[in-house]
Amino acid sequence: MTADNPALIIYVRGVNKTYAGGFQALKNINLDIKRGEIFALLGPNGAGKTTLISIICGIVNATSGTIVADGHDTVRDYRAARATIGLVPQELHTDSFESVWATIKFSRGLFGKAPNAAYLEKVLRNLSLWDKRDVKIMALSGGMKRRVLIAKALAHEPTILFLDEPSAGVDVELRHDMWRMVRELRAQGTTIILTTHYIEEAEDMADRIGVITKGELIVVEDKNVLMRKLGKKQLTLTLRQPMTSIPAGLSAWSLELTDDGHALVYSFDTQEDETGIAELLHTLSDHSIEFKDLRSSESSLEDIFVSLVHQPKEALE
Amino acid sequence: MNIYGIRAIYHFEMARTFRTLWESIAAPVLTTSLYFIVFGKAIGSRMGDIDSVSYGAFIIPGLVMLNLLNESISNASFGIYMPRWAGTIYELLSAPVSWVEVLIGYVGAAATKSVILGLLILGTARIFVPYEIAHPLWMISFLLLTAVTFSLFGFIIGLWADNFQKLQVVPMLIVTPLTFLGGAFYSINMLPPLWQKITLFNPVVYLISGFRWSFYGIADVHIAMSIGMTFGFLIICLTFVWWVFKTGYKIRN
Ligand SMILES: Nc1ncnc2c1ncn2[C@@H]1O[C@H](COP(=O)(O)OP(=O)(O)OP(=O)(O)O)[C@@H](O)[C@H]1O
Ligand SMILES: [Mg+2]
Repeated sequence: MTADNPALIIYVRGVNKTYAGGFQALKNINLDIKRGEIFALLGPNGAGKTTLISIICGIVNATSGTIVADGHDTVRDYRAARATIGLVPQELHTDSFESVWATIKFSRGLFGKAPNAAYLEKVLRNLSLWDKRDVKIMALSGGMKRRVLIAKALAHEPTILFLDEPSAGVDVELRHDMWRMVRELRAQGTTIILTTHYIEEAEDMADRIGVITKGELIVVEDKNVLMRKLGKKQLTLTLRQPMTSIPAGLSAWSLELTDDGHALVYSFDTQEDETGIAELLHTLSDHSIEFKDLRSSESSLEDIFVSLVHQPKEALE
Repeated sequence: MNIYGIRAIYHFEMARTFRTLWESIAAPVLTTSLYFIVFGKAIGSRMGDIDSVSYGAFIIPGLVMLNLLNESISNASFGIYMPRWAGTIYELLSAPVSWVEVLIGYVGAAATKSVILGLLILGTARIFVPYEIAHPLWMISFLLLTAVTFSLFGFIIGLWADNFQKLQVVPMLIVTPLTFLGGAFYSINMLPPLWQKITLFNPVVYLISGFRWSFYGIADVHIAMSIGMTFGFLIICLTFVWWVFKTGYKIRN
């Protein structure tokens, strides 16, 4: 794909970042974000998520590489590029002495937009901040400050929204509000790129997922494809009579005895056409092995993530 | 040109002043009033006129300059240092504003504040000492040029400083001594010949002399010299700021 493809809203090619101290935080990052999608960037602490976002938004200079945002090179045509982007940073950096209203008015102006009180009111109402509009930011709780940062990022009506760990330090209610808002924004055509350490959140929200570790983007995949590709299913049979070892006749299946021999676990790949379950059950009855319960489970994105980060090569084979 | 962006920064900075109106305006005005009472009235009444200007009136331009330099530097340096310190600079860096626009916003606000303060001090002085302004247009021009120049200088300090001490060290250790030794309280003709020569290396001498000329038509150095030096400082500061932005010095990682 090329940078001028209208289906692409962000185009990252060959981005490297070496910080002043000599530490290489990003290694040859290539990434395409599709217009209108929710993209989740996952990775352990220090993987380089914030660095990548900061480079796209213009806060950090890349050592090398090209980034195009909504058709505008983020360095050569920074004005047009930045005008389309809103950023909610990971850290709660706020102007303590400003009122909520003053700070979002400032943000809108800074990004070159004419005043629009009606729009800003809508943003504040959506974030349940309208009642707090005249309150000084320092008098707000951490979760409220996070909302203010979201309101600031939305103040100039961006088409691309970056949320760097929006759910850190946020209670369940705000998290629900936030995800409802993210879905609404997406419905209106905003592209959303978020980072999170709550994998169920990514599983819930994202269309596509990128995994970054030690500065390298190791996977970028459609969420469902990723889960299908790397997901494992397990069938657990609770036995009527405990066993001490797996009978030789069952060696064709990858079985495991757990729970002191009370349970037999069969792991199988979701990608295979034949799961082998029917034959397994037949064979079990041939061996007169009786079971009283049967349960199947699917590996979560979390399991996938852990296996990717720990042995990326093997997991991807 | 992102006019809305410039306006947002300017308003933000002016709002900061009005929030701290008392500290920003009252303290310098009060301090200067004390100078007028002590030097203008109490001691000044015992001093002879300088070039037929009463001592109380003679020190007014110098006192205004002293405040103008200090306030311009501290307003502008604080203005840009605060977001760096609080982390809110991320927004400025991610916004579609050029550095010229950022500069116009911050330096414009800092200069506005110090000009207002300068005028307030002039007004206060009128309560204590009668004086006339011979060349009002020149007076305003010197006020504006000096405020802009030293706000630029303050902006550079605000970018360079990485703690609050550094922010205060330049005004305290350099600007205040240079102003006191720059003829704020005396005519340099009153110094021994050798010191008269040495004093000419002090840039503030030219600012105060020119400013005083706009009031009373008397000057320590030729007025053309003062005008030239004032523009000279402006150009030096502009060049330096241009270099800072060109190299991205201390602004972006
Ligand atoms: N200004 C800096 N100077 C030097 N090194 C830095 C700087 N900022 C970040 N790093 C390093 O770059 C690496 C990536 O940091 P980054 O903040 O991008 O990670 P992250 O994926 O966002 O982590 P987290 O999940 O903890 O937020 C880390 O090792 C960090 O120490
Ligand atoms: Mg981070």
